[in-house]
Amino acid sequence: MTQRNGTESRNGTESVDVLVVGSGFGGAIAAYHLAAGGASVLVLERGPWLEGEDFDHDFKLGASYTRIFDFVVGDGMSLLGGNCVGGGSVVYFAAMPRAPRFVFDRQGSIGRRMWPGSVSRDALNPWYDRVEESLPVTRQDWNDVTYSGGLFAAACAHAGRTANPVPVAIDTGKCTNCNWMMAGCKFDAKRSLLFNYLPAALAHGAQIRPMHEVQKLTRNADGGYRVHYNIIDDSDYRITAGSGSIDAKIIILAAGAGATPVILQRSEPELGTMPHAVGRYFSGNGERLNTAILDEDRVRDLLGLAKSDGVPYAASQVGKGPCVASWDRLDGARPEYTRYSLEQLYFPPGFGTILAQVPDATGPSWFGAEKKEIVRRWQSWLTIFAMTEDDNEGVFGPPPATGNAMRISQQMLGRGPIRYDPTPNTLRGWAMADADVKDIMERDGLSRVMPWTNDVVGAYTVHPLASCRIGDDPATSALDDRHELRGHPGIFVTDGSAVPGALTVNPALTIAALAERAMPGIVAAARARGVNVTYGAPAPDGATSARNAVLPLVPSLVRD
Amino acid sequence: MRPDLPDKTHLTMTLEAFADTIVPGEKRFPDDLAVAGAAPGGGAVAAGALELLGDPATGIATELGAFADLLNEHARGYAAEHGLTPDPALPPLVGLSFADRTALVQHLTSPLHPEREIWILVALFSNMAFDTGAHLHTVDAMAAGHPGLAAMGFSRPDADGLWRFPDYSYGRQLADLHPGTTSSGSPA
Repeated sequence: MTQRNGTESRNGTESVDVLVVGSGFGGAIAAYHLAAGGASVLVLERGPWLEGEDFDHDFKLGASYTRIFDFVVGDGMSLLGGNCVGGGSVVYFAAMPRAPRFVFDRQGSIGRRMWPGSVSRDALNPWYDRVEESLPVTRQDWNDVTYSGGLFAAACAHAGRTANPVPVAIDTGKCTNCNWMMAGCKFDAKRSLLFNYLPAALAHGAQIRPMHEVQKLTRNADGGYRVHYNIIDDSDYRITAGSGSIDAKIIILAAGAGATPVILQRSEPELGTMPHAVGRYFSGNGERLNTAILDEDRVRDLLGLAKSDGVPYAASQVGKGPCVASWDRLDGARPEYTRYSLEQLYFPPGFGTILAQVPDATGPSWFGAEKKEIVRRWQSWLTIFAMTEDDNEGVFGPPPATGNAMRISQQMLGRGPIRYDPTPNTLRGWAMADADVKDIMERDGLSRVMPWTNDVVGAYTVHPLASCRIGDDPATSALDDRHELRGHPGIFVTDGSAVPGALTVNPALTIAALAERAMPGIVAAARARGVNVTYGAPAPDGATSARNAVLPLVPSLVRD
Repeated sequence: MRPDLPDKTHLTMTLEAFADTIVPGEKRFPDDLAVAGAAPGGGAVAAGALELLGDPATGIATELGAFADLLNEHARGYAAEHGLTPDPALPPLVGLSFADRTALVQHLTSPLHPEREIWILVALFSNMAFDTGAHLHTVDAMAAGHPGLAAMGFSRPDADGLWRFPDYSYGRQLADLHPGTTSSGSPA
């Protein structure tokens, strides 16, 4: 057994009980529980370790947003993900709804329920509670809702729809509504993992090493694993500044749905055959964006809205990501592929402008003189995000030489192996969502709406999922319902790649709840491998009510 | 091409013509040839597209000469195909009208063009020069009246260079909640 709170050398190779790949939700939650339970835990994170004062309000290449984001262009699909200590929680918008009940009964492309029989909304609720207590997640009221959120709500009401302030992991008392969330929160208002699970894991002796990009795993004679990593240059991520390897008894893979399967694919020649579902069944969470360009007079006349300066709206820059969502189509009675949520969203210029299309364009729709004209009205834009049910049609091709993409720019931009050819089911869902957005936002001349083009970087997702998913069927799931990789005992996957399919809402809370649910089983597996670790840590701040509520469930999550 | 101009000028003019096709702007001076003058106000070129494309951070700075040559080769082919006779003293792309430049760029970035990833990349950075001024610190860009950020109405930061919006909400309920909302604010 290794020494608590540290690593030891064995034959010159560093060794730990548990090695965690990635420090987003899946990695941070695992690191916390295992370290708190007594294991020696090391987290390797490919990106930098930045905190509040390091986050910039700056679009310059090399500022925090290009350092902490990963934008991978594939064939038919582009992925946006975190690339820093804290992972997606640092760059995301912190919208934290639970997935609706029907999601867990989805069949998707396999013709039968794709979630494990042991996971339903009811089964996951106690684990959602744990995450909500830990971050914490709070309800917003209408005073928290930004102009853009309020505008969307009013437009929904005008169209006879409902609209809800979304639950968030934001300290609204600290939030300045600067809308720089994607660059990391300068004001410590976003309750990212930098404020809960990660510091608690560190307090229990876990170590985090930034700029360490795991390339592959190999198996040791004792049944443990060796993790091979490259050290990435601090400013030019295309440069490898070193490499090394570390041994561990248990591996937690949580590199994100765009990277976890790539690591496993690269490991296959030495680890042996991977489950068929590794690098298959990828879902982009069915995501789709529309931009509405508001008629300010109509905003005033139809919706009765005016800011304190008397201007009806013209406030796309103001806010904190998504504040309001419309859940009218989250109706379990509707057929699969016709259910989706619509959420008001913000993307900063660059990400948020390039793919927007000109309504009624006579020339090119995404560049040129007409595009420039609509960009001049940017403050009157409202971006609407649809999360639909896609068909898990993404497939990863052969892995690149290193990392999860061939890096093009010094930071952020790369070309990756994902292929995504949307099926008629996915296309129909997008078309229905587009038509619904149009119905709401163009009613009585309120605005003009166009979906973002898929002809530039393919479809896109900020919530990659399902590329190494849990399930009961070994043919269509890479992990069992305890998140262990089939055929490779001791390797667990706890990130978004474990989620079986599109969730129709923002997935972070579900990813985190699944990770929480996986912990008792992982602790038991670690114990079976000789690690002196127990399960039962409270929330990172010491709160115990949600912990106490899940303790009776633990025996059912531990392998016999 | 004009032999009295150095290659660098041809390269610059060609890339300017491409960037100006993505976000067009007004001519910088009366006989500006690279910028077609197809839209009022500064466009990608005035916003700094060449500076951004030449920034090593993009990862394509060392490829720009090859890209310009390739663009001119395509422009030469386009002109021949359409029976055009552009001014032989100019780089072929610069010799095309704005409408023809636009048609060519649409072709080069179309879903089936084999080089589309290159031209979309150059288009992305041309766009970013205008929409974000990504070669500049944003506070400096704002202070200098960056034409893209100014055109978009991007608001000014506070004195410390940070953005805050104390006035951010209509402050009232604007829709009925979904009847299936749980006590924690999630869908049922």
